[in-house]
Amino acid sequence: MKVQLLEICHARSGDKGDAANVGLIARDARFYPLIKKEITAAKVKKHFKGICLGKVERFELANLWALNFLLHNTLGGGGTVSLKQDAQGKTIAAAILRMEINVPPALLRKPTQKQKPSKRVVKKKGK
Amino acid sequence: MKKRIRIASGQGFWGDLPSAPIDQVRLANDKSPLDYMMMDYLAEVTMSIMQKQKLRDPKAGYAKDLVDVIDKILPDIVSKNIKVITNGGGVNPEACRDAIFAAARKRGIKIKVGIVLEDNILDSIDSLLASGHKLKNMETGESLKGVRDRVLSANVYFGAWPIVEALRQGAQIVITGRTTDTGLTLAPMIHEFGWAADDWDKMAAGTVAGHILECGAQSSGGNFSADWKSVKDFTNIGFPIAEAYPNGEFIITKHPKTGGVVSRASVAEQLLYEIGDPREYITPDCVADFTSIQLEDLGKDRVRVYDIKGRPSTEFYKVSMSYNDGYSAQGTLTYTWPDAMEKARLSDKILRGRLKKAGCTFEEMRTEYLGFNSCHGLLTQTKESDVEEVVVKFAVRGQDKNSIIEFGKNIAPLILTGPPSVTGFAGGRPKPSDVVAYWPALLKKAAVTPRVIVEEA
Repeated sequence: MKVQLLEICHARSGDKGDAANVGLIARDARFYPLIKKEITAAKVKKHFKGICLGKVERFELANLWALNFLLHNTLGGGGTVSLKQDAQGKTIAAAILRMEINVPPALLRKPTQKQKPSKRVVKKKGK
Repeated sequence: MKKRIRIASGQGFWGDLPSAPIDQVRLANDKSPLDYMMMDYLAEVTMSIMQKQKLRDPKAGYAKDLVDVIDKILPDIVSKNIKVITNGGGVNPEACRDAIFAAARKRGIKIKVGIVLEDNILDSIDSLLASGHKLKNMETGESLKGVRDRVLSANVYFGAWPIVEALRQGAQIVITGRTTDTGLTLAPMIHEFGWAADDWDKMAAGTVAGHILECGAQSSGGNFSADWKSVKDFTNIGFPIAEAYPNGEFIITKHPKTGGVVSRASVAEQLLYEIGDPREYITPDCVADFTSIQLEDLGKDRVRVYDIKGRPSTEFYKVSMSYNDGYSAQGTLTYTWPDAMEKARLSDKILRGRLKKAGCTFEEMRTEYLGFNSCHGLLTQTKESDVEEVVVKFAVRGQDKNSIIEFGKNIAPLILTGPPSVTGFAGGRPKPSDVVAYWPALLKKAAVTPRVIVEEA
Protein backbone atom coordinates (compact mmCIF):
# COMPACT_ATOMS: atom_id res chain seq x y z
CA MET A 1 0.00 0.00 0.00
CA LYS A 2 1.42 3.35 -1.07
CA VAL A 3 1.63 6.01 1.63
CA GLN A 4 3.49 9.23 2.12
CA LEU A 5 6.53 9.03 4.40
CA LEU A 6 4.64 11.43 6.67
CA GLU A 7 2.54 8.41 7.77
CA ILE A 8 5.45 6.36 9.08
CA CYS A 9 8.24 8.89 9.68
CA HIS A 10 9.06 12.25 11.15
CA ALA A 11 12.04 14.41 10.29
CA ARG A 12 14.21 17.40 11.09
CA SER A 13 16.44 19.43 8.81
CA GLY A 14 19.00 22.20 9.05
CA ASP A 15 22.05 23.63 7.37
CA LYS A 16 25.66 22.58 7.14
CA GLY A 17 27.24 25.22 4.95
CA ASP A 18 25.68 24.98 1.50
CA ALA A 19 24.38 21.49 2.31
CA ALA A 20 21.10 20.73 4.01
CA ASN A 21 20.96 17.86 6.45
CA VAL A 22 17.72 15.99 6.93
CA GLY A 23 17.21 13.33 9.54
CA LEU A 24 14.42 10.92 8.66
CA ILE A 25 13.16 9.00 11.69
CA ALA A 26 10.79 6.02 11.67
CA ARG A 27 7.77 6.53 13.93
CA ASP A 28 8.27 2.98 15.19
CA ALA A 29 11.17 0.52 15.14
CA ARG A 30 9.19 -1.78 12.84
CA PHE A 31 9.32 0.77 10.01
CA TYR A 32 13.09 1.22 10.14
CA PRO A 33 14.11 -1.80 8.01
CA LEU A 34 11.65 -0.64 5.37
CA ILE A 35 12.95 2.93 5.09
CA LYS A 36 16.51 1.65 5.27
CA LYS A 37 15.80 -0.53 2.24
CA GLU A 38 13.61 1.85 0.26
CA ILE A 39 14.76 5.41 0.91
CA THR A 40 18.07 5.36 -0.92
CA ALA A 41 20.33 8.33 -1.61
CA ALA A 42 19.44 8.07 -5.30
CA LYS A 43 15.70 8.27 -4.60
CA VAL A 44 16.17 11.27 -2.33
CA LYS A 45 18.28 12.98 -4.99
CA LYS A 46 15.50 12.42 -7.53
CA HIS A 47 12.83 13.63 -5.11
CA PHE A 48 14.67 16.91 -4.55
CA LYS A 49 15.02 17.72 -8.24
CA GLY A 50 15.55 21.46 -8.69
CA ILE A 51 16.28 21.87 -4.96
CA CYS A 52 19.33 19.69 -4.34
CA LEU A 53 21.84 20.51 -7.06
CA GLY A 54 24.67 18.37 -5.69
CA LYS A 55 25.12 14.82 -4.52
CA VAL A 56 23.17 13.15 -1.72
CA GLU A 57 24.98 11.25 1.03
CA ARG A 58 23.16 8.81 3.31
CA PHE A 59 24.08 7.61 6.80
CA GLU A 60 22.33 4.99 8.93
CA LEU A 61 21.47 5.33 12.61
CA ALA A 62 19.73 2.06 13.48
CA ASN A 63 19.85 3.05 17.16
CA LEU A 64 17.54 6.02 16.49
CA TRP A 65 15.53 4.19 13.75
CA ALA A 66 16.83 6.93 11.50
CA LEU A 67 18.62 7.84 8.29
CA ASN A 68 20.58 11.06 7.92
CA PHE A 69 20.88 12.62 4.48
CA LEU A 70 23.29 15.34 3.43
CA LEU A 71 21.96 17.22 0.40
CA HIS A 72 24.94 19.04 -1.06
CA ASN A 73 24.68 22.31 -3.01
CA THR A 74 21.13 22.94 -1.84
CA LEU A 75 21.01 26.23 0.04
CA GLY A 76 22.06 28.80 -2.56
CA GLY A 77 25.56 29.24 -1.16
CA GLY A 78 24.75 28.76 2.52
CA GLY A 79 23.04 30.60 5.33
CA THR A 80 24.77 33.96 5.17
CA VAL A 81 25.15 34.34 1.43
CA SER A 82 21.94 32.65 0.27
CA LEU A 83 19.07 34.61 -1.25
CA LYS A 84 16.66 31.72 -0.66
CA GLN A 85 13.62 32.12 1.54
CA ASP A 86 14.64 28.86 3.24
CA ALA A 87 18.35 29.69 3.41
CA GLN A 88 18.91 27.27 6.28
CA GLY A 89 16.98 24.32 4.89
CA LYS A 90 14.51 24.30 7.76
CA THR A 91 11.60 23.11 5.60
CA ILE A 92 13.49 20.31 3.84
CA ALA A 93 12.30 18.00 6.66
CA ALA A 94 8.68 18.54 5.65
CA ALA A 95 9.60 18.17 1.97
CA ILE A 96 11.13 14.70 2.41
CA LEU A 97 7.94 13.51 4.13
CA ARG A 98 6.14 14.04 0.79
CA MET A 99 7.97 11.00 -0.62
CA GLU A 100 5.85 7.92 -1.27
CA ILE A 101 6.68 4.43 -0.06
CA ASN A 102 5.07 1.00 -0.40
CA VAL A 103 4.19 -0.39 3.01
CA PRO A 104 2.71 -3.88 3.55
CA PRO A 105 -0.80 -3.20 4.94
CA ALA A 106 -0.18 -5.58 7.85
CA LEU A 107 2.81 -3.53 8.95
CA LEU A 108 0.75 -0.38 8.73
CA ARG A 109 -2.17 -1.79 10.72
CA LYS A 110 -0.13 -3.19 13.56
CA PRO A 111 -0.77 -1.03 16.60
CA THR A 112 2.21 0.91 17.87
CA GLN A 113 3.78 -1.07 20.67
CA LYS A 114 5.17 0.70 23.65
CA GLN A 115 8.85 1.08 23.09
CA LYS A 116 10.97 -1.20 25.24
CA PRO A 117 14.48 -0.24 26.24
CA SER A 118 16.90 -1.71 23.78
CA LYS A 119 19.53 -3.83 25.48
CA ARG A 120 21.83 -4.30 22.57
CA VAL A 121 24.16 -1.68 21.24
CA VAL A 122 23.76 -1.54 17.51
CA LYS A 123 27.16 -1.72 15.86
CA LYS A 124 27.54 -0.34 12.40
CA LYS A 125 29.91 -1.21 9.66
CA GLY A 126 30.85 0.42 6.37
CA LYS A 127 28.89 3.23 4.72
CA MET B 1 31.72 14.25 44.01
CA LYS B 2 28.07 14.98 43.31
CA LYS B 3 25.86 12.00 42.47
CA ARG B 4 23.85 13.97 39.97
CA ILE B 5 23.79 17.43 38.44
CA ARG B 6 21.02 19.17 36.54
CA ILE B 7 21.92 21.48 33.68
CA ALA B 8 19.28 23.68 32.09
CA SER B 9 19.21 25.10 28.61
CA GLY B 10 18.38 28.81 28.77
CA GLN B 11 18.91 30.06 25.23
CA GLY B 12 19.39 28.30 21.91
CA PHE B 13 20.57 31.27 19.86
CA TRP B 14 20.95 35.04 20.12
CA GLY B 15 17.35 36.14 19.88
CA ASP B 16 15.74 33.05 21.43
CA LEU B 17 12.71 33.29 23.74
CA PRO B 18 13.64 36.07 26.22
CA SER B 19 11.62 34.58 29.09
CA ALA B 20 13.24 31.13 28.84
CA PRO B 21 16.35 31.60 31.02
CA ILE B 22 14.34 33.62 33.53
CA ASP B 23 11.71 30.87 33.82
CA GLN B 24 14.30 28.10 34.05
CA VAL B 25 15.86 29.75 37.09
CA ARG B 26 12.56 30.93 38.61
CA LEU B 27 10.99 27.45 38.46
CA ALA B 28 13.99 25.72 40.03
CA ASN B 29 13.15 24.33 43.47
CA ASP B 30 13.83 21.30 45.68
CA LYS B 31 11.64 19.08 43.51
CA SER B 32 13.08 20.32 40.24
CA PRO B 33 16.51 21.67 41.16
CA LEU B 34 19.12 23.21 38.90
CA ASP B 35 22.88 23.32 39.33
CA TYR B 36 23.81 24.95 36.02
CA MET B 37 22.29 26.82 33.13
CA MET B 38 23.93 27.02 29.71
CA MET B 39 23.09 29.68 27.15
CA ASP B 40 24.20 29.59 23.54
CA TYR B 41 24.39 32.95 21.77
CA LEU B 42 26.70 32.46 18.81
CA ALA B 43 25.87 31.50 15.26
CA GLU B 44 28.35 31.56 12.38
CA VAL B 45 27.91 35.22 11.42
CA THR B 46 27.30 36.56 14.91
CA MET B 47 30.99 37.18 15.48
CA SER B 48 31.27 39.48 12.44
CA ILE B 49 28.34 41.57 13.68
CA MET B 50 29.95 41.80 17.11
CA GLN B 51 33.35 42.63 15.61
CA LYS B 52 31.76 45.57 13.75
CA GLN B 53 30.10 46.77 16.95
CA LYS B 54 33.43 46.61 18.78
CA LEU B 55 35.14 48.66 16.05
CA ARG B 56 32.59 51.43 16.62
CA ASP B 57 32.67 51.11 20.42
CA PRO B 58 35.50 49.33 22.28
CA LYS B 59 33.03 48.50 25.08
CA ALA B 60 30.66 46.64 22.72
CA GLY B 61 30.99 43.33 20.88
CA TYR B 62 29.04 40.92 23.07
CA ALA B 63 25.40 39.87 23.42
CA LYS B 64 23.85 42.87 25.21
CA ASP B 65 20.69 40.85 25.88
CA LEU B 66 22.78 38.51 27.98
CA VAL B 67 23.56 41.26 30.49
CA ASP B 68 19.83 42.07 30.78
CA VAL B 69 19.09 38.39 31.42
CA ILE B 70 21.86 38.03 33.99
CA ASP B 71 20.67 41.19 35.73
CA LYS B 72 17.16 39.75 36.04
CA ILE B 73 18.24 36.32 37.29
CA LEU B 74 21.08 37.44 39.58
CA PRO B 75 19.17 37.26 42.89
CA ASP B 76 17.81 33.80 42.00
CA ILE B 77 21.07 32.27 40.79
CA VAL B 78 22.85 33.48 43.90
CA SER B 79 20.19 32.29 46.38
CA LYS B 80 19.71 28.97 44.56
CA ASN B 81 23.40 28.59 43.74
CA ILE B 82 22.93 28.04 40.02
CA LYS B 83 26.00 28.55 37.87
CA VAL B 84 25.62 30.12 34.43
CA ILE B 85 27.80 29.22 31.47
CA THR B 86 27.49 31.09 28.19
CA ASN B 87 29.36 32.00 25.03
CA GLY B 88 27.57 35.37 24.86
CA GLY B 89 30.87 37.18 25.47
CA GLY B 90 31.30 37.26 21.70
CA VAL B 91 34.44 39.16 20.72
CA ASN B 92 34.57 41.07 24.00
CA PRO B 93 34.15 38.84 27.08
CA GLU B 94 35.96 41.41 29.27
CA ALA B 95 33.42 44.15 28.48
CA CYS B 96 30.60 41.66 29.00
CA ARG B 97 32.00 40.73 32.41
CA ASP B 98 32.38 44.39 33.38
CA ALA B 99 28.77 45.08 32.41
CA ILE B 100 27.67 42.14 34.59
CA PHE B 101 29.77 43.44 37.48
CA ALA B 102 28.10 46.85 37.08
CA ALA B 103 24.64 45.26 37.15
CA ALA B 104 25.54 43.18 40.20
CA ARG B 105 26.91 46.23 42.02
CA LYS B 106 23.61 48.06 41.47
CA ARG B 107 21.83 45.18 43.15
CA GLY B 108 24.41 45.05 45.93
CA ILE B 109 25.42 41.52 44.97
CA LYS B 110 28.99 40.22 44.99
CA ILE B 111 29.72 37.66 42.32
CA LYS B 112 32.62 35.70 40.83
CA VAL B 113 32.79 35.82 37.06
CA GLY B 114 35.18 33.87 34.87
CA ILE B 115 36.08 34.74 31.31
CA VAL B 116 37.76 32.68 28.60
CA LEU B 117 40.02 34.55 26.19
CA GLU B 118 42.33 34.02 23.20
CA ASP B 119 39.78 32.40 20.87
CA ASN B 120 39.88 35.63 18.86
CA ILE B 121 42.75 35.27 16.37
CA LEU B 122 41.81 38.18 14.08
CA ASP B 123 44.97 40.11 14.95
CA SER B 124 47.29 37.13 14.60
CA ILE B 125 46.18 35.82 11.19
CA ASP B 126 49.29 37.14 9.43
CA SER B 127 51.69 35.76 12.01
CA LEU B 128 49.88 32.40 11.87
CA LEU B 129 50.17 32.38 8.07
CA ALA B 130 53.84 33.38 8.33
CA SER B 131 54.56 30.48 10.64
CA GLY B 132 53.08 28.02 8.17
CA HIS B 133 49.45 27.67 9.26
CA LYS B 134 47.49 27.70 6.02
CA LEU B 135 43.96 28.43 7.28
CA LYS B 136 42.61 27.26 3.94
CA ASN B 137 38.88 26.76 3.51
CA MET B 138 38.16 23.30 4.87
CA GLU B 139 35.14 22.85 2.60
CA THR B 140 36.56 24.09 -0.71
CA GLY B 141 40.32 23.82 -0.10
CA GLU B 142 40.80 27.42 -1.31
CA SER B 143 43.72 29.48 -0.05
CA LEU B 144 42.93 32.32 2.35
CA LYS B 145 44.92 34.70 0.12
CA GLY B 146 41.94 35.60 -2.06
CA VAL B 147 39.89 36.93 0.84
CA ARG B 148 42.59 37.85 3.39
CA ASP B 149 42.02 41.62 3.00
CA ARG B 150 38.29 41.25 3.53
CA VAL B 151 38.34 39.14 6.72
CA LEU B 152 36.00 40.58 9.37
CA SER B 153 36.36 38.09 12.19
CA ALA B 154 38.38 34.98 13.01
CA ASN B 155 37.79 32.79 16.03
CA VAL B 156 38.91 29.40 17.22
CA TYR B 157 36.28 27.11 18.69
CA PHE B 158 37.44 26.21 22.18
CA GLY B 159 35.91 23.22 23.95
CA ALA B 160 34.94 22.50 27.53
CA TRP B 161 38.32 22.65 29.27
CA PRO B 162 38.82 26.42 29.67
CA ILE B 163 35.33 26.54 31.23
CA VAL B 164 36.27 23.68 33.56
CA GLU B 165 39.24 25.78 34.70
CA ALA B 166 36.99 28.78 35.40
CA LEU B 167 34.63 26.55 37.42
CA ARG B 168 37.60 25.15 39.38
CA GLN B 169 38.49 28.69 40.34
CA GLY B 170 34.99 29.15 41.72
CA ALA B 171 33.29 31.21 39.02
CA GLN B 172 29.51 31.42 39.36
CA ILE B 173 29.18 32.85 35.86
CA VAL B 174 31.47 31.84 33.00
CA ILE B 175 31.54 34.06 29.91
CA THR B 176 33.36 32.83 26.83
CA GLY B 177 33.88 34.01 23.31
CA ARG B 178 33.74 31.36 20.62
CA THR B 179 33.20 28.06 22.44
CA THR B 180 31.46 25.05 21.01
CA ASP B 181 27.82 24.93 22.05
CA THR B 182 28.40 21.42 23.37
CA GLY B 183 31.35 22.47 25.54
CA LEU B 184 29.01 24.66 27.60
CA THR B 185 27.21 21.52 28.82
CA LEU B 186 30.13 19.09 28.94
CA ALA B 187 32.23 21.41 31.16
CA PRO B 188 30.11 21.19 34.34
CA MET B 189 29.99 17.39 34.04
CA ILE B 190 33.79 17.19 33.81
CA HIS B 191 34.07 19.60 36.73
CA GLU B 192 31.57 17.89 39.02
CA PHE B 193 32.32 14.26 38.17
CA GLY B 194 36.10 14.57 37.78
CA TRP B 195 36.11 12.97 34.34
CA ALA B 196 39.51 12.51 32.69
CA ALA B 197 40.23 14.23 29.37
CA ASP B 198 40.94 10.88 27.70
CA ASP B 199 37.79 9.19 29.01
CA TRP B 200 36.39 9.49 25.51
CA ASP B 201 33.04 7.83 26.20
CA LYS B 202 32.35 10.35 28.96
CA MET B 203 33.52 13.26 26.80
CA ALA B 204 31.13 12.01 24.11
CA ALA B 205 28.29 11.62 26.62
CA GLY B 206 28.59 15.24 27.77
CA THR B 207 28.92 16.35 24.16
CA VAL B 208 25.72 14.56 23.17
CA ALA B 209 23.93 16.13 26.15
CA GLY B 210 25.22 19.47 24.91
CA HIS B 211 23.90 18.82 21.41
CA ILE B 212 20.46 18.09 22.85
CA LEU B 213 20.45 21.29 24.97
CA GLU B 214 22.12 23.69 22.55
CA CYS B 215 19.04 24.56 20.51
CA GLY B 216 16.78 25.30 23.44
CA ALA B 217 13.22 24.02 23.07
CA GLN B 218 14.01 22.18 19.83
CA SER B 219 14.36 19.04 21.97
CA SER B 220 11.33 19.73 24.16
CA GLY B 221 8.50 20.20 21.68
CA GLY B 222 9.57 23.14 19.53
CA ASN B 223 9.79 22.55 15.78
CA PHE B 224 8.56 19.02 16.50
CA SER B 225 7.52 17.33 13.27
CA ALA B 226 6.44 13.99 14.73
CA ASP B 227 3.24 15.24 16.29
CA TRP B 228 3.13 19.00 16.77
CA LYS B 229 -0.63 18.99 17.27
CA SER B 230 -0.20 16.99 20.48
CA VAL B 231 2.26 19.47 21.99
CA LYS B 232 0.63 21.13 24.98
CA ASP B 233 0.89 24.80 25.86
CA PHE B 234 3.43 26.12 23.36
CA THR B 235 2.96 29.50 25.05
CA ASN B 236 4.71 28.29 28.19
CA ILE B 237 7.06 25.84 26.52
CA GLY B 238 9.61 24.42 28.95
CA PHE B 239 13.24 24.44 27.82
CA PRO B 240 15.14 21.16 28.29
CA ILE B 241 17.10 20.10 31.36
CA ALA B 242 19.81 17.42 31.35
CA GLU B 243 20.02 15.39 34.54
CA ALA B 244 23.53 13.98 34.38
CA TYR B 245 25.15 11.11 36.27
CA PRO B 246 28.84 10.30 36.86
CA ASN B 247 28.69 7.16 34.66
CA GLY B 248 27.88 9.26 31.58
CA GLU B 249 24.17 8.51 31.45
CA PHE B 250 21.74 11.38 31.51
CA ILE B 251 18.04 12.06 31.41
CA ILE B 252 16.49 14.82 29.33
CA THR B 253 13.49 16.41 31.01
CA LYS B 254 11.95 19.83 31.76
CA HIS B 255 10.38 21.63 34.69
CA PRO B 256 6.95 20.27 35.72
CA LYS B 257 3.85 22.18 34.60
CA THR B 258 5.62 23.81 31.68
CA GLY B 259 4.45 23.38 28.09
CA GLY B 260 6.04 21.29 25.37
CA VAL B 261 6.98 17.63 25.38
CA VAL B 262 10.08 15.55 26.03
CA SER B 263 9.79 12.16 24.35
CA ARG B 264 11.92 9.68 22.47
CA ALA B 265 10.76 11.36 19.26
CA SER B 266 11.50 14.94 20.40
CA VAL B 267 15.00 14.00 21.54
CA ALA B 268 15.69 11.93 18.41
CA GLU B 269 14.76 14.88 16.18
CA GLN B 270 17.22 17.15 17.93
CA LEU B 271 19.94 14.47 17.80
CA LEU B 272 19.63 14.51 14.02
CA TYR B 273 19.69 18.29 13.75
CA GLU B 274 22.56 19.69 11.70
CA ILE B 275 24.74 16.61 11.80
CA GLY B 276 26.85 15.10 9.04
CA ASP B 277 28.40 11.66 9.39
CA PRO B 278 26.85 10.45 12.66
CA ARG B 279 29.91 8.35 13.52
CA GLU B 280 32.09 11.44 13.47
CA TYR B 281 30.64 14.31 15.45
CA ILE B 282 33.85 16.26 15.90
CA THR B 283 34.44 18.73 18.72
CA PRO B 284 37.68 19.95 20.32
CA ASP B 285 36.91 17.58 23.22
CA CYS B 286 36.29 14.26 21.41
CA VAL B 287 34.79 12.58 18.39
CA ALA B 288 31.33 11.41 19.43
CA ASP B 289 29.63 8.45 17.75
CA PHE B 290 25.94 9.25 17.34
CA THR B 291 25.24 5.71 16.13
CA SER B 292 25.97 4.50 19.67
CA ILE B 293 23.37 6.61 21.45
CA GLN B 294 20.54 4.66 23.08
CA LEU B 295 17.24 6.27 24.04
CA GLU B 296 14.66 5.05 26.53
CA ASP B 297 11.39 6.90 26.96
CA LEU B 298 10.64 6.81 30.69
CA GLY B 299 7.34 8.69 30.28
CA LYS B 300 6.32 11.88 32.05
CA ASP B 301 8.65 14.00 29.90
CA ARG B 302 11.73 12.00 30.79
CA VAL B 303 14.05 10.33 28.26
CA ARG B 304 17.09 8.34 29.33
CA VAL B 305 20.15 8.66 27.08
CA TYR B 306 22.92 6.11 27.54
CA ASP B 307 25.62 3.85 26.07
CA ILE B 308 27.31 6.73 24.26
CA LYS B 309 30.70 5.99 22.73
CA GLY B 310 33.48 8.40 21.83
CA ARG B 311 36.92 8.43 20.27
CA PRO B 312 40.01 10.63 20.79
CA SER B 313 39.79 14.27 19.80
CA THR B 314 41.73 15.50 16.76
CA GLU B 315 44.84 17.68 16.90
CA PHE B 316 42.97 20.62 15.37
CA TYR B 317 40.71 23.42 16.47
CA LYS B 318 38.05 24.48 14.04
CA VAL B 319 38.36 28.14 13.06
CA SER B 320 35.36 30.20 12.05
CA MET B 321 36.17 33.22 9.93
CA SER B 322 33.91 35.67 8.17
CA TYR B 323 34.68 38.03 5.31
CA ASN B 324 32.98 40.70 3.20
CA ASP B 325 31.65 39.33 -0.06
CA GLY B 326 29.73 42.14 -1.80
CA TYR B 327 26.17 43.32 -1.27
CA SER B 328 22.61 42.08 -1.38
CA ALA B 329 19.10 43.49 -1.25
CA GLN B 330 15.58 42.14 -1.39
CA GLY B 331 12.08 43.47 -1.90
CA THR B 332 8.56 42.04 -2.05
CA LEU B 333 5.21 42.76 -3.74
CA THR B 334 1.85 41.05 -3.26
CA TYR B 335 -0.38 40.10 -6.20
CA THR B 336 -4.00 38.93 -5.83
CA TRP B 337 -6.75 37.14 -7.75
CA PRO B 338 -7.43 37.04 -10.62
CA ASP B 339 -4.37 35.42 -12.19
CA ALA B 340 -2.13 36.19 -9.23
CA MET B 341 0.73 33.91 -10.30
CA GLU B 342 0.57 35.01 -13.93
CA LYS B 343 0.94 38.63 -12.83
CA ALA B 344 3.72 37.82 -10.40
CA ARG B 345 5.70 35.99 -13.08
CA LEU B 346 5.18 38.89 -15.48
CA SER B 347 6.45 41.36 -12.84
CA ASP B 348 9.63 39.32 -12.61
CA LYS B 349 10.10 39.45 -16.36
CA ILE B 350 9.53 43.22 -16.42
CA LEU B 351 11.95 43.86 -13.56
CA ARG B 352 14.71 41.76 -15.11
CA GLY B 353 14.23 43.58 -18.42
CA ARG B 354 14.49 47.00 -16.79
CA LEU B 355 17.59 46.06 -14.76
CA LYS B 356 19.25 44.71 -17.90
CA LYS B 357 18.43 47.92 -19.73
CA ALA B 358 19.98 49.90 -16.87
CA GLY B 359 23.20 47.90 -17.26
CA CYS B 360 23.02 46.22 -13.84
CA THR B 361 25.22 43.23 -13.11
CA PHE B 362 24.62 40.72 -10.35
CA GLU B 363 26.23 37.48 -9.24
CA GLU B 364 22.75 36.17 -8.61
CA MET B 365 19.17 37.34 -8.96
CA ARG B 366 16.57 35.12 -7.37
CA THR B 367 12.80 35.43 -7.58
CA GLU B 368 10.58 33.35 -5.33
CA TYR B 369 6.83 33.04 -4.93
CA LEU B 370 6.00 32.99 -1.23
CA GLY B 371 2.75 31.25 -0.50
CA PHE B 372 3.11 29.15 -3.63
CA ASN B 373 6.38 27.21 -3.90
CA SER B 374 9.30 29.20 -2.46
CA CYS B 375 10.36 26.40 -0.11
CA HIS B 376 9.30 23.15 -1.77
CA GLY B 377 9.79 24.09 -5.43
CA LEU B 378 8.75 21.38 -7.86
CA LEU B 379 7.33 19.26 -5.02
CA THR B 380 4.48 21.74 -4.61
CA GLN B 381 1.13 20.17 -5.53
CA THR B 382 -0.94 23.37 -5.83
CA LYS B 383 -1.74 24.42 -9.40
CA GLU B 384 -0.51 27.90 -10.28
CA SER B 385 -4.00 28.88 -11.41
CA ASP B 386 -5.38 28.01 -7.95
CA VAL B 387 -3.13 30.50 -6.16
CA GLU B 388 -5.27 33.51 -5.17
CA GLU B 389 -2.59 35.61 -3.49
CA VAL B 390 1.14 35.47 -3.75
CA VAL B 391 4.05 37.42 -2.35
CA VAL B 392 6.77 37.74 -4.96
CA LYS B 393 10.20 38.16 -3.43
CA PHE B 394 13.01 39.60 -5.52
CA ALA B 395 16.56 39.28 -4.22
CA VAL B 396 19.93 40.18 -5.72
CA ARG B 397 23.53 39.74 -4.70
CA GLY B 398 26.76 41.00 -6.27
CA GLN B 399 29.95 43.02 -5.98
CA ASP B 400 28.66 46.14 -7.79
CA LYS B 401 26.90 48.28 -5.19
CA ASN B 402 25.36 50.62 -7.79
CA SER B 403 23.55 47.71 -9.41
CA ILE B 404 22.09 46.74 -6.04
CA ILE B 405 20.97 50.35 -5.46
CA GLU B 406 19.38 50.46 -8.92
CA PHE B 407 17.53 47.23 -8.12
CA GLY B 408 16.06 48.88 -5.01
CA LYS B 409 14.76 51.77 -7.10
CA ASN B 410 12.94 49.49 -9.52
CA ILE B 411 10.63 47.52 -7.20
CA ALA B 412 8.01 50.13 -6.24
CA PRO B 413 7.55 51.37 -9.83
CA LEU B 414 6.14 47.96 -10.73
CA ILE B 415 2.97 48.93 -8.87
CA LEU B 416 2.04 51.74 -11.29
CA THR B 417 3.85 50.45 -14.36
CA GLY B 418 3.02 46.73 -14.33
CA PRO B 419 0.11 44.30 -13.99
CA PRO B 420 -2.80 45.29 -11.67
CA SER B 421 -4.05 44.26 -8.24
CA VAL B 422 -0.71 44.60 -6.54
CA THR B 423 0.16 45.90 -3.09
CA GLY B 424 2.36 45.24 -0.10
CA PHE B 425 5.25 47.53 -0.82
CA ALA B 426 6.15 49.01 2.53
CA GLY B 427 9.24 50.01 4.41
CA GLY B 428 10.82 52.05 1.63
CA ARG B 429 13.36 51.12 -1.00
CA PRO B 430 15.38 47.98 -0.42
CA LYS B 431 18.89 49.12 0.55
CA PRO B 432 22.12 47.23 -0.10
CA SER B 433 23.41 45.34 2.90
CA ASP B 434 26.83 43.77 3.29
CA VAL B 435 27.10 40.10 2.46
CA VAL B 436 29.19 38.37 5.08
CA ALA B 437 30.48 35.00 3.93
CA TYR B 438 31.78 32.20 6.10
CA TRP B 439 35.26 30.69 5.96
CA PRO B 440 35.72 27.52 8.02
CA ALA B 441 39.29 26.33 8.57
CA LEU B 442 41.42 24.16 10.83
CA LEU B 443 44.28 25.19 13.08
CA LYS B 444 46.72 23.03 15.06
CA LYS B 445 45.71 23.15 18.71
CA ALA B 446 49.27 24.06 19.74
CA ALA B 447 48.98 27.40 17.91
CA VAL B 448 46.62 28.93 20.47
CA THR B 449 46.32 28.67 24.24
CA PRO B 450 43.11 29.63 26.01
CA ARG B 451 43.45 32.07 28.89
CA VAL B 452 41.08 32.03 31.86
CA ILE B 453 40.56 34.93 34.25
CA VAL B 454 38.29 34.65 37.29
CA GLU B 455 37.52 37.78 39.32
CA GLU B 456 35.12 38.76 42.06
CA ALA B 457 33.41 42.11 42.28
